[in-house]
Amino acid sequence: MAVVEQEPVLLRAYQFTPEPDSASWSAVLHICVMTVDHKKIGIMYVIMALVFLVIGGIEALLIRFQLLFPRNNLIGPETFNGLFTMHGTTMVFFVGMPILIGIGNYLVPLMIGARDMAFPRLNAFGFWATLFGGLLLYFCFVTGGAPTMGWFAYAPLTEHTFARSAATDFWALGLAVSGFGTLTAGINFIATILAMRAPGMTLRKIPFFVWTMLWTAVLILFAIPPLTVALTMILLDRNLGTHFFDVQNGGSAFLWQHLFWFFGHPEVYILILPVFGMVSEVIPVFSRKVLFGYEFMAAATAAIAFISLGVWAHHMYAVGMSRVVDLYFAAASLVVSIPTGIKLFNWLATMYGGRIILASPMLFAVGFLSMFLIGGLTGIMLAVVPFDLQLTDSYFVVGHFHWVLIGGTLFGTFAGIHYWYPKVTGRMLSERLASWQFWLLYVGFILTFGPMHVAGFLGMPRRIYTYDAGLGWDFWNQVTTIGAIIQVPSYAILVFNLITSLWKGQPAGDNPWHAWTLEWATTSPPPAYNFETIPTVHSRRPLWDLSHPDDPDWKYE
Amino acid sequence: MNNARLETIPANLIRSLPLPPPVALERGLSPAQWGMISFLVSEVALFSTLIVVYLTFRGSDLSGPTPAILSRTLVFCTTFCLIASSVTIHFAVKSLSCGERSAFLRWWTASILLGLVFLAGTAYEWRELIVIHDLTIGRNLFGSTYYTLVGFHALHVTAGVVLMLTVLGLTLNRLVSFSNRAGVALVSWYWHFVDCVWLVVFAVVYLA
Ligand SMILES: [Cu+2]
Repeated sequence: MAVVEQEPVLLRAYQFTPEPDSASWSAVLHICVMTVDHKKIGIMYVIMALVFLVIGGIEALLIRFQLLFPRNNLIGPETFNGLFTMHGTTMVFFVGMPILIGIGNYLVPLMIGARDMAFPRLNAFGFWATLFGGLLLYFCFVTGGAPTMGWFAYAPLTEHTFARSAATDFWALGLAVSGFGTLTAGINFIATILAMRAPGMTLRKIPFFVWTMLWTAVLILFAIPPLTVALTMILLDRNLGTHFFDVQNGGSAFLWQHLFWFFGHPEVYILILPVFGMVSEVIPVFSRKVLFGYEFMAAATAAIAFISLGVWAHHMYAVGMSRVVDLYFAAASLVVSIPTGIKLFNWLATMYGGRIILASPMLFAVGFLSMFLIGGLTGIMLAVVPFDLQLTDSYFVVGHFHWVLIGGTLFGTFAGIHYWYPKVTGRMLSERLASWQFWLLYVGFILTFGPMHVAGFLGMPRRIYTYDAGLGWDFWNQVTTIGAIIQVPSYAILVFNLITSLWKGQPAGDNPWHAWTLEWATTSPPPAYNFETIPTVHSRRPLWDLSHPDDPDWKYE
Repeated sequence: MNNARLETIPANLIRSLPLPPPVALERGLSPAQWGMISFLVSEVALFSTLIVVYLTFRGSDLSGPTPAILSRTLVFCTTFCLIASSVTIHFAVKSLSCGERSAFLRWWTASILLGLVFLAGTAYEWRELIVIHDLTIGRNLFGSTYYTLVGFHALHVTAGVVLMLTVLGLTLNRLVSFSNRAGVALVSWYWHFVDCVWLVVFAVVYLA
């Protein structure tokens, strides 16, 4: 008798009934504008990020064509400066953050057995603030050209003396507005994860992706407000005549660097922690094993979040801070490699002895592992003060952070997109197209960013719009540009695959990967209310418990 | 699909299956409370940055007014008002939790008035600084940092007063009662926070 009572109530939700056919554009637009559903908002975030990815990618291609030959005159120096500023700003603020927040938005409530985020209307507000922040940034083109000071906007280049057009104001306003949206998303994630978990799902039993989103949200709380203050100071300097960064009148360029990097370093972890979470979901499922050392992984995530708040000045060695300060920041930055290393080894240990299924999500996850390792190693090199002093502001640095952001964030995000696309749409992506996409990206990526390291060693500074022949840089720049061209069809294939699979893809069913977390318990796509009955959870793998009642996980946790 | 294995198990075996331990209900803060706490944490980061900026530039002016021109008498009074408003709002929330509507209205209105007095004091102080001491936001670094820090705080006080006025209006329309005490308490959390920030700003700008 008791068996029946105690049985987990993981009932299948009602069969998803699509909303009344909304063929007309105005009807679709109406749904987009009015919705407060976390799933629709999540999809909107991801689509927005993909659109900005194309825009930022085109900017990158223009940069690469300019650098294809020495003394090339395709675009002038002013345009070149505008392009790298917009490329960096777009990729960090309007591709990286929205795509991760969007995926988190879609998955967190499903994974913890909630019906929506804690504050659905605030959630919608966050999306629209992010989108309008991006539009505000691109509004600068209407005022006569992009801002030209680079994405970290070192003072005093942002002062009115050096940037007379309104472009810099639009840049600061756009980032402040979207930052506000990001902040509300962070608040929403924390409230949702801490207070809306399904019965039985203690914090020690949440899916690992949810755990990493929690720490991402904590980093958002600490990192975004200082940036908001700094951007306000730029706007006040430019419009009300204050002197914060006005070096002629006692302002401090150094202060901007501190404020920006106090945001900027945690920002890279905002861009990578959710990816750690996605990969930690994918690797166990495609190795058919539990995540190795969940507790250690969880502690490592928290440790990374904490340490990352205290290492920002490793971007500033070249300023000439004191030796003690340099040493502290070098040591603290090197410490980050310990929890990160724990993660890498735990992923490998999860795969070790597993029955590995190399489907597309796993392919991207393995790509992530290999590439993130290399990006992490060049990061350790740059944390060492003398090494950094030699290569600061060179193409080596450009190679390093692209290696982390594409090899890490992008590969991991693609793993996640391929993994959860069947849940979101009810259809499988084409595996053939996915492997084409993967290999083109893999080869193109290595050809693009590998040579940058070499060019950096050969002394090529970043952000120069052209160079003389005979410096030994021609060849490496040409390989880089070829690599960038190879990447183009990869993104085209992704978009093609995402769109055509909507009707061509195999029907996915509820749980095509035989995964174990709650989002796979409901239908694909999930109904608006996610779960008909809020499930009760006894372990980290509720669906395993359900299908193996004789040998459930909760006996071992 | 997930129930497949369950169905293949003979009925007599089902009885021998292990039973999961009973799920203990977790008692914690509500989503709204966690939301307010995380918002306030981000506000701590915001004001910490502003205070660091103020301290960075303190005493670095070569010309123009210095913090010495600030009138402490006035600020002691406004600070007292703000502390008092924290006390009154505490009693307001307490009255609401006891279901005493008229007491709540009295305490709540008192808090709003004290907040308004604080804002009026700031306005008067700024007028003096601008007209008598010629300290504008663009005059020197003290002006830039002082108005930015105190201005950001005054903005938060204004937001708090608007919030409290909204609650007052809703109460007068009998839309806020005992059952809304949790939401009203959140407003008071925000107000206490703004008061605490002021104490730090007060110490950094006026006492140091
Ligand atoms: Cu860094």
